[in-house]
Amino acid sequence: MERTGALFGQFRDLEQQRETASLGMWVFLLTELMFFGGMFLVYTIYRMKYPLAFAEGSRELDVVKGGWNTAILIGSSFTMALAVRAAQMKKRRLLCIFLASTMILGGAFLGVKYLEYMQKFEHHLVPGPNFHMNVADAAQVQIFFSLYFAMTGMHALHMIIGEVMLLLLLIYSWKGKYTGGYFAPIENGGLYWHFVDIVWIFLFPLLYLVDLHR
Amino acid sequence: MSTTTASPAAAPSPPQPPREHYLNAGYGIRSWLFTTDHKRIALLWLISITFFFALGGFFALLIRLQLLTPQGWLFGPDTYNRLFTMHGIVMIFFFLIPAIPGVLGNFLIPLMIGAKDLAFPKLNLLSWYVFNIGALFTFYSIVTGGIDTGWTFYTPLSSIYSNSQVSVAVVGIFITGFSSILTGLNFIVTIHTMRAPGMTWWRLPIFVWAHYATSIIMVLGTPVVAITLALVAGDRLFHFGFFDPRLGGDPLLFQHLFWFYSHPAVYIMILPAMGVTTEIVATFARKNLFGYKFVAVASLAIAVIGFLVWAHHMFVAGISIYAAMAFSFLSYAVAIPSAVKVFNWTATLYRGSVSWQTPMLYALGFIGLFVMGGMTGLFLASLGADVHVHDTYFVVAHFHYIMVGGAVMGYLGGLHYWWPKISGRMYPEGLSRAAAIILFVGFNLTFFPQFVLGYLGMPRRYAMYPPEFQVLNVLSTAGASILGLGYILPIIYFVWSMRYGKVASSNPWPATGLEWQTTSPPPTENFETTPVVTWEPYDFEHRPDLGLPKPERAQPEQLEAPGLETGD
Repeated sequence: MERTGALFGQFRDLEQQRETASLGMWVFLLTELMFFGGMFLVYTIYRMKYPLAFAEGSRELDVVKGGWNTAILIGSSFTMALAVRAAQMKKRRLLCIFLASTMILGGAFLGVKYLEYMQKFEHHLVPGPNFHMNVADAAQVQIFFSLYFAMTGMHALHMIIGEVMLLLLLIYSWKGKYTGGYFAPIENGGLYWHFVDIVWIFLFPLLYLVDLHR
Repeated sequence: MSTTTASPAAAPSPPQPPREHYLNAGYGIRSWLFTTDHKRIALLWLISITFFFALGGFFALLIRLQLLTPQGWLFGPDTYNRLFTMHGIVMIFFFLIPAIPGVLGNFLIPLMIGAKDLAFPKLNLLSWYVFNIGALFTFYSIVTGGIDTGWTFYTPLSSIYSNSQVSVAVVGIFITGFSSILTGLNFIVTIHTMRAPGMTWWRLPIFVWAHYATSIIMVLGTPVVAITLALVAGDRLFHFGFFDPRLGGDPLLFQHLFWFYSHPAVYIMILPAMGVTTEIVATFARKNLFGYKFVAVASLAIAVIGFLVWAHHMFVAGISIYAAMAFSFLSYAVAIPSAVKVFNWTATLYRGSVSWQTPMLYALGFIGLFVMGGMTGLFLASLGADVHVHDTYFVVAHFHYIMVGGAVMGYLGGLHYWWPKISGRMYPEGLSRAAAIILFVGFNLTFFPQFVLGYLGMPRRYAMYPPEFQVLNVLSTAGASILGLGYILPIIYFVWSMRYGKVASSNPWPATGLEWQTTSPPPTENFETTPVVTWEPYDFEHRPDLGLPKPERAQPEQLEAPGLETGD
């Protein structure tokens, strides 16, 4: 299918193309919602079944690091929103700056996450034969940590994919591809980034704040 | 060669193939492997699908051979476990789920709605590659020893005890799931945004409605089974313990998560076949589809209710009796839209001018076998009867009536019906009719005895059985060999017809859909100019361009034929 300028051959006009790209992204996010939804369901069931074990497990997590990460990620969503705005305003340099800052904040999040994971390994809180905790219901606490690693791990994987996506967007933006009126990829990239952010907004209280009110 | 004004039946000379079409738009392996043309991608799917159908059929053959004698004379129980597991995995994940959407959906949806291509052509190609990468993993797991858990991967057998290649197979199915998601996403967006001017929602062919409903299930269900299988892999590889009772994990939770996708997945297999059947029935009854809107909405209703019935697979697994009653009721409810479709097909046939061409034989076969499969499904949805026949051959027979009798019949019927459009050639009519009848006979001989076996209490998934069941098992194996012949014949004559078949006109049946308004085979851009739709779906009476004789019954008033507009 031939391509003329920003218009791909299968579309009649740019308006149809924009609508299509946007709808496609929303449907994709719906699939992502169902994907994470499976894990949230597992979390809900086991938390109802083993509330004490979840409280014990949650107390072992580093609320300060988690809190910082939450702030970092919300900040990155802000810069991403500004990047979309810059693309709309056709400001190439600004767009690149905001994309780069989103990337840096995302990288910072992953760095903090790495430190947290290291801590868990040192404290023998990683599920498996080396898991060790001096509580009566250690087995159920292990399920909490399995969920912790599965959910934050899947989230981190989405962050890494997001970083790669941002890098590509940055390269193309630098070449001026998205500041000529066609910026659907920036918009859709933004949607993805916000989605990953929102997943973390749910993960943080569900994992870190279970027992904080005491 | 005009795309939208052609009046093929009026042309006296034999049809000529168009000079340029999608098949000769490029030659060489690269022009196929890097194509973004939905029609070429559909043919890539056809090759993959056919390979896996043959592979799954080979396993089925070995299973039936083993069951010729009560003691089993070919394999031990362990090998037998692997055989039925791999038969299930290959047939479900690598044939039934992608078959009609991948081949016919890909080829036809853009043609039917008057678009140049799907909304995301590159994603479409990616979907095929993702499918094959996932298939490679699964294939690797098969050649390195196979899997013995059953296609359902029930925990804790799959997560703790099985020593077979579960992890690799699960990774393969996880990856293949994304192919399904991408295809579903592509179809939904395409149907929303790519319709030609005048192609309103209520003018969409039922085939498109069926694929829309199917895509909703693909998009909402597949991610859940993906994460579920990922958690099983996590249990195996990282000792997560989600489904490990020793840690407080709950194996039943796996069954809930698994069937939340895998029951709706049955509708992924059957809904497109229903769409195909609807098209064929209307065309070969030459009659407006009875209750178009009901048939269209019934597809969506099946998709929606289908998400709420999963626990009927678990009636004897220890779920609450009250939950079981709710799920039993909902499973009955899903029969309502299915019955709406059957009644509408029947009403369409009533007083139609029915012609008995091959696609129609498949469509009628579909209706009959689907009714059998559906009605026995109601036995299984009722709590009391299910406890009696649970995990017996009754269940096996039931879902083979739906999947082979329904989905495969629909797939083959559709392949015959649209073969002139796909290849530009006609298949041999006499031979293909014979094949359809052989299939029907072979199918019933294979699976009807299994209803009886199950009712008498023969459990599924055993390599041996008591001697009194031998007669019925031998009958079933005999039927399977007839069935096998019925599958080999179309493969042979389809390949033959690509070179030697009669050249097909652009609308050989004739049918009302937009896909028949372009050449056979269509050009790469599908239509020379964007078509404008001014007619209602399946409206044979007001389509003088089809060249049909006037219906015999007297018209109460002379209606003005709206005719067709070319848009140029």
